[in-house]
Amino acid sequence: MGDLLTAPGWGIAVFQSLLYVALAPLLVGWLRKVKARLQNRRGPSLLQPYRDLYKLLAKEARVAHTASPLFRAAPYIVFTATWMAAATVPLLVVDLPTAAIADIIVLVGLLALARVFLALAGMDVGTAFGGMGASREMLIGALAEPAMLMAVFTLAMTAHSTNLSSVIDHHLSDGFVLRPSYLFALGGLVLVAIAETGRIPVDNPTTHLELTMVHEAMLLEYSGRHLALMEWAAQVKLLLYGTLIVNVFFPWGIGQGWSPAALGLGLAAVVGKLAVLAAALAVGETVLAKMRLFRAPAFLNLALLLSLLGLLSHVILEVGA
Amino acid sequence: MSLTTLLTPTLSMDTALHLAGLAVVLALLSAVVSLAAGRARWVLRRVATPLLGCVGLAALAAGVMALLVGEVVSVTLPLGLPWLPWHIRLDALSAFFLAVIGVVTCAVGLYGPSYVRGFEYGKDSLTALGGFSGLFLTGMLLVVLADDAFLFMVAWELMSLSSYFLVAFHHEHAENRRAAFLYLLMAHVGGLMILLAYGVLAAFGDSFAFVDLRAAPVPAVWAGVAFALAFVGFGMKAGLVPLHAWLPEAHPVAPSHISALMSGVMLKVAVYGFIRVCFDLIGQIQWQWGVVVLAIGCLSALFGVLAALMQTDLKRLLAYSSVENLGIIFIALGLSLVFLSADFTELGALAFVAALYHCLNHALFKGLLFLGAGTILHSTHERDLDQMGGLLRRMPWTGLFFLVGVLSISALPPFNGFVSEWLTFQAALQAWQLDSGVLRSLIPIASAVLALTGALVAVTFVKVYGIAFLGQARSRHVRRAHRAPWGMLAGQGLLAVLCLALGVLPTWIIGLIDAVPRQVLGDGLPHAGASGWLWLTPVSPQTASYSGPLVVLMLAGIGLTAFWGLNHLWAKGAAVRWVRRGDAWDCGFAPPSSRMQYTATAFAQPIRRVFGMVFHIEESVTTQEDGSTRHRLRISDRFWGVLYLPIARAVESSARRVVRLQSGNVRVYLGWTLATLVGLLWIIT
Repeated sequence: MGDLLTAPGWGIAVFQSLLYVALAPLLVGWLRKVKARLQNRRGPSLLQPYRDLYKLLAKEARVAHTASPLFRAAPYIVFTATWMAAATVPLLVVDLPTAAIADIIVLVGLLALARVFLALAGMDVGTAFGGMGASREMLIGALAEPAMLMAVFTLAMTAHSTNLSSVIDHHLSDGFVLRPSYLFALGGLVLVAIAETGRIPVDNPTTHLELTMVHEAMLLEYSGRHLALMEWAAQVKLLLYGTLIVNVFFPWGIGQGWSPAALGLGLAAVVGKLAVLAAALAVGETVLAKMRLFRAPAFLNLALLLSLLGLLSHVILEVGA
Repeated sequence: MSLTTLLTPTLSMDTALHLAGLAVVLALLSAVVSLAAGRARWVLRRVATPLLGCVGLAALAAGVMALLVGEVVSVTLPLGLPWLPWHIRLDALSAFFLAVIGVVTCAVGLYGPSYVRGFEYGKDSLTALGGFSGLFLTGMLLVVLADDAFLFMVAWELMSLSSYFLVAFHHEHAENRRAAFLYLLMAHVGGLMILLAYGVLAAFGDSFAFVDLRAAPVPAVWAGVAFALAFVGFGMKAGLVPLHAWLPEAHPVAPSHISALMSGVMLKVAVYGFIRVCFDLIGQIQWQWGVVVLAIGCLSALFGVLAALMQTDLKRLLAYSSVENLGIIFIALGLSLVFLSADFTELGALAFVAALYHCLNHALFKGLLFLGAGTILHSTHERDLDQMGGLLRRMPWTGLFFLVGVLSISALPPFNGFVSEWLTFQAALQAWQLDSGVLRSLIPIASAVLALTGALVAVTFVKVYGIAFLGQARSRHVRRAHRAPWGMLAGQGLLAVLCLALGVLPTWIIGLIDAVPRQVLGDGLPHAGASGWLWLTPVSPQTASYSGPLVVLMLAGIGLTAFWGLNHLWAKGAAVRWVRRGDAWDCGFAPPSSRMQYTATAFAQPIRRVFGMVFHIEESVTTQEDGSTRHRLRISDRFWGVLYLPIARAVESSARRVVRLQSGNVRVYLGWTLATLVGLLWIIT
């Protein structure tokens, strides 16, 4: 393991994880811009999410009388766990120490850690909406998490490794092979990503109707820097899922060395791929309507089924062959 | 390994065996001392319960020492029947379970004195509580030390019977007596199965000593019979579905520190028995066994967690969650059996270590959670989640320790539950190496069930923590909860620290456990710690690696930097006030009252709707005469109607037929006796 833990490796890993935090608001800005254009609006500037974060960070934080210390600790834990999870997903180059420290099961675990604290924070003040949001978020999470694990297990079993860097390496060295298991896993992972990042049709991030909220309902009592951290964590999570999809299933362009050229090429490739993915998401959000909450289980069961089919088609069709 | 070489002069198997013997003697002493508790009620608090802590310490020391040395020692005791002396043996497997018993008992010894103080002013018999607790521990210790079927069964029955009296401790309530009777009945049916399994093996080994049973040439069919009997017998004690019905009834009604022992430790003794008989004594593993164990494990895990999610009684919820955790342990054991039957010894050892690791983890976090539930009960006299709320602010330390238990049981990094789940997944991901396509496709399905279970556990415990410790109090006595005495906190704190330690430093623990598969299966995990103590690499560094210490370091580093940066640097620069307290906003509606919060029932409603078909649910909303409405919800276990009631009815109806023999006429009875004698003579000749 020692060969991975070199100074340049750590340096690039730190740079890459800082890039995650820096780029996450931009992705949201781009998504909103495309969505606005599709709806014949001009839409806010690409940099608007940065301005929102700055505004929130500069305001004082209000905390309810009934809140416990957990309420104030939760934003830091949620942000840290999400960021740490993002740091394990290769953004520009592969073979970084962060991928060896935490494999894809740890990635799912860290996201679950963030979700648990988000839900607990929602229940902490003791309001009706907070409990409602927490209950719904945990339902969606409980159905999405196994689907996500099965999807990543398909990749892990193909590459004989749960290390994301190895998975991407394996896929790159294979060249362009159309595997049925990958198609199923991609389908499953896309559905999970939509549910987990709270996008239409599972949840609506721009809703103002409390009764239909899921993610926003848990954040109702937050303000100031606490809210900023929670919002930022949600943006990082969106970028994380986007990167996971584009870099694992379409890894072409990702850097395999640590030279500046590889880094630059990797950055250009991932930005391009993410821009296309976000545009596709914006189209999807424009043509679809939000589902009722109790339609979401069927949606997620489909995701689980697709992922499981991916895993089964791998062990049945591809292992023996 | 440097630790071993450093301490080798002082470590020896004989010392370990003496320590184990000391633990047994101390446990008996604790039982004997309790006889005085009828007169002097302080004896239980000042002498008998602290003695349990010493038992735990001795057992833990014995177990760890024997694991470090990694050899086998056995003695024959001058006890038992003249032609059937008792054999004692301490090997790695016994040592591991001795350590599991020891560590939870230590915490119970710290916790117990403050907890039993409350009983001193009641009418309950403290002699019974102290005496049977001591005997219960003696029984468990002897089960793992026994080296022949005779002593094993004696110790097993001692454990079952004494725990029956502990379940029946609050016998003034009819439902507790009913729970205790159900427990006694099922424990004995299970005991009978285990006895028969030993009988099958002894028929081929010509002796009851484990040495002979291990060497017995058992034909494959009879080996299968012995496996089936042992699986049913030990599975009944371990609370596997569908033989789990006694567990959620019996565990919650015992005093809480005993509940911690029953759920945390006694179930592990059943796992020990299963491993001893199936992996060690029978030995010739067939793949069908693995499939059966895997399927029952999946069923238990999924059913257990769904049932736990539906509960509103905290201790009952924890008991159902034990069913789920035992399911996870048996999933890992099933994987191990499948790999071993296909001669992948190293992968079998991986799944085996995952099962053992989860045994240890479950003992720690379930012990912690039961002690936490006991603390809440002690301080509020409340077990119903729907009456709790806001306890974190009333009992901050208990709240913190309980949170550690919640995060551990939900398998979240960097706590211990995550490590065992991670190891189980790593074993399942090696399924591609198997030749049989059927097994290759079964294991992914099992891992999907495991993933779903893990996610549902998180829902369950978010519900528990969010309802009980967060929000606002839902009843007056919970609003007035008082802090727990320091002894109770020390017991919980010990387990909480261990939960984190086992999550952060898995490499050391696995290095210790590794002796067990090396002795039982003949192969360990040579690569697990090959890259240094920072890295856990169970198969190879390329396949999978996890670094608990670095994950914790990075999480703590980023989190503290963000906190410090935002609250000190940024806040000063931007002239932002630290934080301002105000009323809850709640979207500007009326100020929220505690009645407006989600309840435990409401929190579980979406899941109840999605997985409703698993249970028998009766839900009704009726309007009273005064115009108010009442919501009634009854959720019952489908297995009662499908499995238990038909058996109970069949037993009753056959009893009614047999009762015809009882005519009251002596001549008829004598006639039956004569007929029986003749029949027996005919069989013998």
